Amino acid sequence: MILVWLLILLMGTGLLAWLVAKWSATLSRLISLAGTVMYIVIVIFLLVEYKQNPVGQKWTVSFTHEWIPTFGIQLKLAADGLSLLMLLLTSFLGLLSVLISWKEIQKRVGFFHFNLMFELAGITGVFLCMDMFLFYFFWEVMLIPMFFLISIWGNENRIYAANKFFLFTQGSGLLMLLSILGIYFIHGHNTGIYTFDYELLLGTVMLPQTGFILMLGFAIAFFIKLSIVPFHSWLPDAHTQAPTAGSVILAGLLLKTGAYGFIRFVLPLFPEASHQFAPVAMTLGVISILYGAKLVFAQTDLKRLVAYISVSHMGYILLGIYAFNEMAMLGVVMQMIVHGISTGALFIIAGMLHERIQTRDIEQMGGFWSTVPRMGTMAVLFVMATLGLPGFGNFIAEALILMGTFLTNKTLASIAALGIVASTIYALHILQKVFYGKEFKPRSIADLNIREMVVMGSLALLILGLGLFPNVLLDVSTSSVVALIEKVNSLNF
Amino acid sequence: MKELLWLVVAFPFAGSLILMLIGKRLSRMACAFVGVGSILLAAVFTFIVGVGFLHNNPSSVPFNQSLWQWINVYGLTPNIAFHLDTVSLTFVFVITFVGALIHFYSAQFMWKDEGFTRFFVFMNLFVGLMLLLVLTDNLLVLYFGWEGVTLCSFLLIGFWYKDSANGYAAQKAFIVTRVGDTSMLIGLFILFMTFHTLNIQDILTAAPSTWLVSSGPAVLTAFLLLGGAIGKSAQLPLQTWLPDAMLAPSPVSALLHAATMVTAGVYLIARTHVLFELAPLVQSVMAMIGAATLLVAGLSALNQHDIKKVLAYSTISQIGYMFLALGVGAWSAAIFHFMTHAFFKALLFLGAGAIITVLGEEHNMFKMGGLRKKLPIVFWTYLIASSSLAALPFVTAGFYSKDKIIWMSYASDKGSLWLWLAALLGALLTALYTFRMVFLTFFGNSKTEPTHRPGAFITMPLVVLAVLSFAAGFIELPATMGHFTLLSDFIEKTLPAANTLHFSYATELLFQLISIATVIIGIFVAYKYYYNKPFPAAEPERNKLQAFLYNGWDFDLLYDFLFVKPLVFLSRIDKNDFIDLFYKGIESLMGALHKVLSATQNGKVRRYAMSIAIGTIITLTILLFL
Repeated sequence: MILVWLLILLMGTGLLAWLVAKWSATLSRLISLAGTVMYIVIVIFLLVEYKQNPVGQKWTVSFTHEWIPTFGIQLKLAADGLSLLMLLLTSFLGLLSVLISWKEIQKRVGFFHFNLMFELAGITGVFLCMDMFLFYFFWEVMLIPMFFLISIWGNENRIYAANKFFLFTQGSGLLMLLSILGIYFIHGHNTGIYTFDYELLLGTVMLPQTGFILMLGFAIAFFIKLSIVPFHSWLPDAHTQAPTAGSVILAGLLLKTGAYGFIRFVLPLFPEASHQFAPVAMTLGVISILYGAKLVFAQTDLKRLVAYISVSHMGYILLGIYAFNEMAMLGVVMQMIVHGISTGALFIIAGMLHERIQTRDIEQMGGFWSTVPRMGTMAVLFVMATLGLPGFGNFIAEALILMGTFLTNKTLASIAALGIVASTIYALHILQKVFYGKEFKPRSIADLNIREMVVMGSLALLILGLGLFPNVLLDVSTSSVVALIEKVNSLNF
Repeated sequence: MKELLWLVVAFPFAGSLILMLIGKRLSRMACAFVGVGSILLAAVFTFIVGVGFLHNNPSSVPFNQSLWQWINVYGLTPNIAFHLDTVSLTFVFVITFVGALIHFYSAQFMWKDEGFTRFFVFMNLFVGLMLLLVLTDNLLVLYFGWEGVTLCSFLLIGFWYKDSANGYAAQKAFIVTRVGDTSMLIGLFILFMTFHTLNIQDILTAAPSTWLVSSGPAVLTAFLLLGGAIGKSAQLPLQTWLPDAMLAPSPVSALLHAATMVTAGVYLIARTHVLFELAPLVQSVMAMIGAATLLVAGLSALNQHDIKKVLAYSTISQIGYMFLALGVGAWSAAIFHFMTHAFFKALLFLGAGAIITVLGEEHNMFKMGGLRKKLPIVFWTYLIASSSLAALPFVTAGFYSKDKIIWMSYASDKGSLWLWLAALLGALLTALYTFRMVFLTFFGNSKTEPTHRPGAFITMPLVVLAVLSFAAGFIELPATMGHFTLLSDFIEKTLPAANTLHFSYATELLFQLISIATVIIGIFVAYKYYYNKPFPAAEPERNKLQAFLYNGWDFDLLYDFLFVKPLVFLSRIDKNDFIDLFYKGIESLMGALHKVLSATQNGKVRRYAMSIAIGTIITLTILLFL
């Protein structure tokens, strides 16, 4: 029941924030802040409970209720270590999104927070639902608020970006819906039980060709969400045009729903087809890593530059998922979390700069380290995290993914390792252009204030903590990952 | 007392952290106190730990200390743990003692700099990471330290970040070394796949029984690890970053780019020597790289006018000697030269820094001259270090360490006459460029007047290092001159002794006499050409060959052409991502179709009637005739 309360909490907060905005914008912000704080407290509580008795049942908490019994649709939510970690990330970035929008969002504050909270609710739903129809439902719920966030509070080219985002995601959702219906009918035909229940659908027997086509429907949907080359071109526009909070949520959470989809649905539902598909997927992953990195280097718009970093980093995730071993998969889980933190932080820095100097063009920046030393220090920190320096969580993620992949595919892992050099080149480029050198023109800009220092400081602590003590996080997801990998590998061989 | 080992590593980290968090609120004096004190404490505790380690431990059994488990994933279980043996103790000793002296020097050298606190944050962090690198028992943790010191190097080269040239030099250092690091990381993958662990001692124990000598994976792994070492230690073909790194403040050049960080590659190879012994091919490649590097860099050093650039190329060249020694299996000779080089090269950089400061940021040796009388302490210490670098016979540490390498490059079972000739020629070059530098800087007419004399904090470390540059040689004397083997006995408790072919004393003596003569000739030629010669106080004119050597054999040009230009070109033509054109294409196709179709809805009834008629005719035709 507590899982349902999470959703109700977010939606309730959103509605309330919208209602009170008539009287006070600050109150609306405070309510959202309170809602997200409560959310994070509940998630931490769940995690602590999970850590105390991790063995035994597969799902640590679950909730089932009939929704449309005629079609076998249930309101079924459940969480294991993996989903709890994703919820932790969601709650944390949600909280930060409220904080970073405090000054930036001045127009229609109530409606903004309404959308923000519903977006978080949609993402939470995706990470929790155990019913395929419900999954599709939440998948679409994520779409609408984000469309508004981009198209109302975005930058100069927001309508174009929002439409592009909408069309790509909607198209992908359609493919996924077809696949969901396909597996629904095949299972119904085989057993006589027509249900969308994830756990019942897991063992569905089908012809290899059918399985492959249905798998492809899911895979393309998740490729688009994960912004894998060549399905990535919605991402730079959406990320660049969104308000900072929107970019943080897009990069930190929305992309991760694609990765989560692969782990939760594609691999367990279609183990055989996934094995067949692995060489293609891994190659796409490597292409994303390198081509994405090349695109990062070419950009002059700071937010667009950071956006392409996601393309490169998501390549690692895809590569690791299709390596089919525990080490790479744990790396993937790690990467999902740390990418949310490090890229989120870079977006926040880009947003803060944009707020202060009204431009995102890096050719008009330079020498900011001396003007805003605190921001400069934070930028150095997160640039180093982005290029995967040991000591930061990103290194653990990349090292585990590459090492795990190396055990299954040496060639692709070695090519992917070139991404290490590539990321060095583009990440240092940011520092050089924005913070080093002479000032482009004399400006007086304010350094980070206390609210901003809290945001950046907590992100920095987390990314360093994960780099030095990654076991804390890896332990939580181990049992889910082991179960998954065993399942995928046992069915095939 | 050796249980205090963790403190040696903890002090520098603590110093860095304290300065990072509250450095802004501390006075400059308090910052200096913390920044220098942390390294000083580390040095003191190194001494305590070293005594504890050697006490009642005649065979030097390694001491292990584990702090916490870093990662635990399916056999990959690196601990943050320390492994103290004679090799790591030697490195720790050099890092903390030379480090402490350089920090001491920096307190005065950087005193007026606005980034005083930041400087010590980076320097302390560097010492901590470097200690982690040499003390760890696991290759993944070693990689942690390895990349960590690259970060410090990046931050310190770009320390004066307002000049974007410094930023670019820093970037270059990071990127070039990272090319090597990537190779090393892939090497670690192979090691993990084969041995299911990255614990160094476990791998070294298991490797000989798993891999045959010269088998494919053994050679490949050794080759990949060598790639990492080459990048870090600025050997051919990844040496290009080090000369540019001279834009860093001089103490940084002394500590990172001479004494410690750049020798990490030497440490890595010595540490994993078993893997290289399994790959004789890689070892001989290593010897050749070392020999080639020492010549290439020596010739470049001879054509520089910037005093720090001379020292930079000289460092590349001297590390070339260490690689040569490693390549012929003379492990302890490499470490001996690492140690003496750390002393005299650190001193040279510190001396050069002092000169540059008192001359008002003048780097050009041709504009110096006559400093012998004006800066006596700097002169005498600099002269001692230069003699050591040039391997002046009998009285300098550099003589004993370099002589051992030159001899081993012939006498070892992996040595050859060619390697020996290269080493000999290198010795000639070293003597030549070193005394060219000394004569240009300290003798002849004075061209720039010093503004002041360096303070006591600056000269004191110079004196201490000068004593070490002189005395450190006597811990290891060749068989022909006393045969005293304190250091090699110490090192060879951890690393194997070199396999020497049997030669008579007479042969060894003959070879030594030849190398001694070579050094003397080198110094004499330098004296002939550069002592008291009236060079104009400007940048010297160069012919094409000299310009080529001056520019470091135009490696930068080559890499620019091969890598940088294509990348920039690709970025320029594909900034907006050609894949997006496909989706844009769909968009405009839809737009066009929309236009065509909406053109049919123009509200003109006659048109509508017309199209109905045409449609009817076509339909009827199809129905009737098909």
